[in-house]
Amino acid sequence: MTNTILEKDIAHTHEQGHEDAGSLRIFGFWIYLMTDCILFATLFAGYAVLRDSVAGGPSTVDIFELPYVLTETMLLLFSSITYGYAMLAMNRNEPKYVIRWLGLTFLLGLGFIGMEINEFHHLIQEGYGPDRSAFLTGFFTLVGTHGAHVATGLIWMAVLMVQVRSSGITDSTSTRLSCLSLFWHFLDVVWICVFTVVYLLGVV
Amino acid sequence: MYHQSPVHSSAGTSHGSNRSYLIGFILSVVLTIIPFALVMYPSLPRNITAWLVVAIGAIQIFAHLKYFLHLDTAAEQRWNLIALIFSAVIILLLVGLSLWIMDSIHHNMLAH
Amino acid sequence: MFGKLSWDAIPTNEPIVMYTLAIVGLIGIALVGSITWKRQWGYMWREWFTSVDHKKIGCMYIIVALVMLLRGFSDAIMMRTQQAAASSGGPGYLPPEHYDQIFTAHGVIMIFFMAMPFVVGLMNIVVPLQIGARDVAYPFLNALSFWLFVVGAALVNISLGVGEFARTGWVAYPPLSELAYSPGVGVDYYIWSLQISGIGTLLTGVNFFVTILKMRTEGMTLFKMPVFTWNSLCTSILILAAFPILTATLLMLTVDRYLGMHFFTNEAGGNPMMYVNLIWAWGHPEVYILILPAFGVFSEIAATFSSKRLFGYVSLVWATIAITVLSFIVWLHHFFTMGAGGNVNAFFGIMTMIIAVPTGVKIFTWLFTMYRGRVRFETPMLWTLGFIVTFSIGGMTGVLLAVPGADFMLHNSLFLIAHFHNVIIGGAVFGYMAGLTYWFPKAFGFRLNDKLGRIAFWCWLTGFYFAFMPSYVLGFMGMTRRLNHFDNPEWRPWLLLELVGVGIILCGVACQALQLFTSIRNRDKYRDLTGDPWDGRTLEWATASPPPVYNFAEQPKVDDLDAYWGMKERGVSTLSHTDYRRIHMPRNTSAGLIISLFALVSSFALVWHIWWMAIFGLVASVITLIVRSYDEDTDYFISASEVARIEKARLKDMAEA
Repeated sequence: MTNTILEKDIAHTHEQGHEDAGSLRIFGFWIYLMTDCILFATLFAGYAVLRDSVAGGPSTVDIFELPYVLTETMLLLFSSITYGYAMLAMNRNEPKYVIRWLGLTFLLGLGFIGMEINEFHHLIQEGYGPDRSAFLTGFFTLVGTHGAHVATGLIWMAVLMVQVRSSGITDSTSTRLSCLSLFWHFLDVVWICVFTVVYLLGVV
Repeated sequence: MYHQSPVHSSAGTSHGSNRSYLIGFILSVVLTIIPFALVMYPSLPRNITAWLVVAIGAIQIFAHLKYFLHLDTAAEQRWNLIALIFSAVIILLLVGLSLWIMDSIHHNMLAH
Repeated sequence: MFGKLSWDAIPTNEPIVMYTLAIVGLIGIALVGSITWKRQWGYMWREWFTSVDHKKIGCMYIIVALVMLLRGFSDAIMMRTQQAAASSGGPGYLPPEHYDQIFTAHGVIMIFFMAMPFVVGLMNIVVPLQIGARDVAYPFLNALSFWLFVVGAALVNISLGVGEFARTGWVAYPPLSELAYSPGVGVDYYIWSLQISGIGTLLTGVNFFVTILKMRTEGMTLFKMPVFTWNSLCTSILILAAFPILTATLLMLTVDRYLGMHFFTNEAGGNPMMYVNLIWAWGHPEVYILILPAFGVFSEIAATFSSKRLFGYVSLVWATIAITVLSFIVWLHHFFTMGAGGNVNAFFGIMTMIIAVPTGVKIFTWLFTMYRGRVRFETPMLWTLGFIVTFSIGGMTGVLLAVPGADFMLHNSLFLIAHFHNVIIGGAVFGYMAGLTYWFPKAFGFRLNDKLGRIAFWCWLTGFYFAFMPSYVLGFMGMTRRLNHFDNPEWRPWLLLELVGVGIILCGVACQALQLFTSIRNRDKYRDLTGDPWDGRTLEWATASPPPVYNFAEQPKVDDLDAYWGMKERGVSTLSHTDYRRIHMPRNTSAGLIISLFALVSSFALVWHIWWMAIFGLVASVITLIVRSYDEDTDYFISASEVARIEKARLKDMAEA
């Protein structure tokens, strides 16, 4: 069994000549991430157009609480760092530490999501849900889509932790860890745009 | 049970290092706190604050790309960089032109 | 329990629909019955449904496209007959609620479920062969893309029998497409079928972008790639950049309809015009996605059937790249009249005229390729010549429309309809037909009946002119699009002329169906054992027809443009090896099919607001994906002896040919 997989690697590298399967996947995932950027850009454009359409309801200054957002931002930022350490552990071939750092990342990400759900819940309770005005629609959809991406990343992370636990660090799990790494950092980049354009520019 | 291959440096991403993550982290924290402080404790004129906040955000994005995503001009990364720049151009065109269009329509509709 | 779904959803009160369902049902039963009778389900499952082979997947795309062409064309026939019948003031035979669904379905089907799959199908069959690769970069993703597309097509077809379709036109502008004015399920069918097949298309874009960049055979630099591959690369870039815009915009419409949000509603600050802006920011690149591969087909055919190297290869490539970039700064020409004002209109009008220039360069390139060549007027060449004349006319009317002042008179008139059918049929569809005829022998190992192919071409060509040239006149006479009934006697003769045109096209389609039938029947007579029936110039002609599953026993080394032509001239064969090596291939899998099946369950449930089923479908899809990720047995080896056996059989065939 080991032989087959060993030979598989060699045969593959021979054939493609310049690309091995893992890096091909990572490159393809990077390209997919570029399309995700454009998706977010569209949502940002929609938000920008609708930002002042408050329909008599609350506007940005009425509902954004910057200290809260700063805390959320730090959670996500720290989770980016902890993922980075997970990748370093992967490069050192230490599955145990990969899982620990991923676990920490997971908790921080979960914290971020929890805070976001709390913010949404609070707004909806006050009658400022996404159906109240076009501005709130744009806000909930943009921030909510980012949150949905983070949640998807968390599910992916959990599955990967299980896979690393049972299989260790193989070509396959390391490729997946690399892809999730790109995904996770990219989500942090999008969040920079969110807190800048939505929250900070909304209150300035 | 499974073949443990040493992880090779692939064309998709390059290796990080402890140092680069640490620098990236510190930069990101600083570049986050500054804009928040500028807005939470306004001391500059509004539009200057706004431009600063955007500029610092852009710098932080570059810091993320360099220190977390390890994007550089190395040959293996060439197509990643090209894809990123192309996407950035498309995004600028899409958002910029859309805002120009919607703003023009808004004015012409005599909306208030 | 079943949301909004009930037995009332079946339109028993509409005889036309019921007859259609009956006929479709009978055909379906006959098809399933004959497969069962011949005990071919195992074969279908093993060789086609679970295949990850780009050649098989490409063929399946085109088969579905041709089936959907029949449905889209039926819609067209119904529209034309209704307009002819209603042209003297009467109501015609199709009430507006039904007619509106027909013209919406016509547009949606022709663009998303006929043209797109045709494009993707041709790219699938040809590109890996042209670059000397074994398969695409992500074979499983390729299969998944196909089945997701099938789900989209299935939803549109299901809407005919269960519920209704959208009545909004194929771009579904709000506020008409919002819940307030379209409370039924039609727009929801529209949203989910486009959203799901859109994901498939996006994944295809990733696949081909990476394949072309990273999997070219040794020696094939970017500027030694065949033009069809270049055009496929640019098409992939367009898909990658444009389809996320569609996804996001449909998402916005979805949350408006499902969660009461206000992106595009009339109340609470929504902005319907923003939808128009965003949907066309996708929509314009989309039409270039449809046309660029057709241009690629014509480039290959012009060179091959002129027995001459393509003229101006470098300028052709740069023209294609220019079109790719420019297609992102012209989109406002679809809504000059929406009120953005003079400055905005002027900018986009000028950009639109500029984008006509690289296309003009291409036309001259093809003409100069034929000039002083030994032109063979085979069927693919006929389609090419028909295209050059027809598309030029359509392009010129496009430049006319690009003038905002003129567009203010002609927007949404039949002049517009004539223009875009002119370029889509005369450009894209002619290109797909040419590609189909050209590459059919490669995919299946036998040629299509030539005589019927020629007749079909002439029917399409003359039929098209009769069916659409009068529309230019009607546009000038003030007739608007999407009219169910009207009362202007001056329009009548032109509309009747158009009906004649539709009839002629119908003859063409019938010829093509007959051509397929007789060619398959007589395939042994039309067999091509050489693999190179047209004396081709590019690498796909260097393999057997059909190619073995691994495409090339040894990936060819390339050192020039028109790689295969060079090999033929130097007498190099790709087959004379004796040291065959074993080949690494991806295994078939049902995961793509199953994930898509659950996506169908989920989206159908979403249409009918059956929430538990929707969640079940989504969760099941995700679980299937996770289960697939645990599958370590995703590839296998073809042994060297097996490769040798296949190659020796081919050598034998070629010797006999």
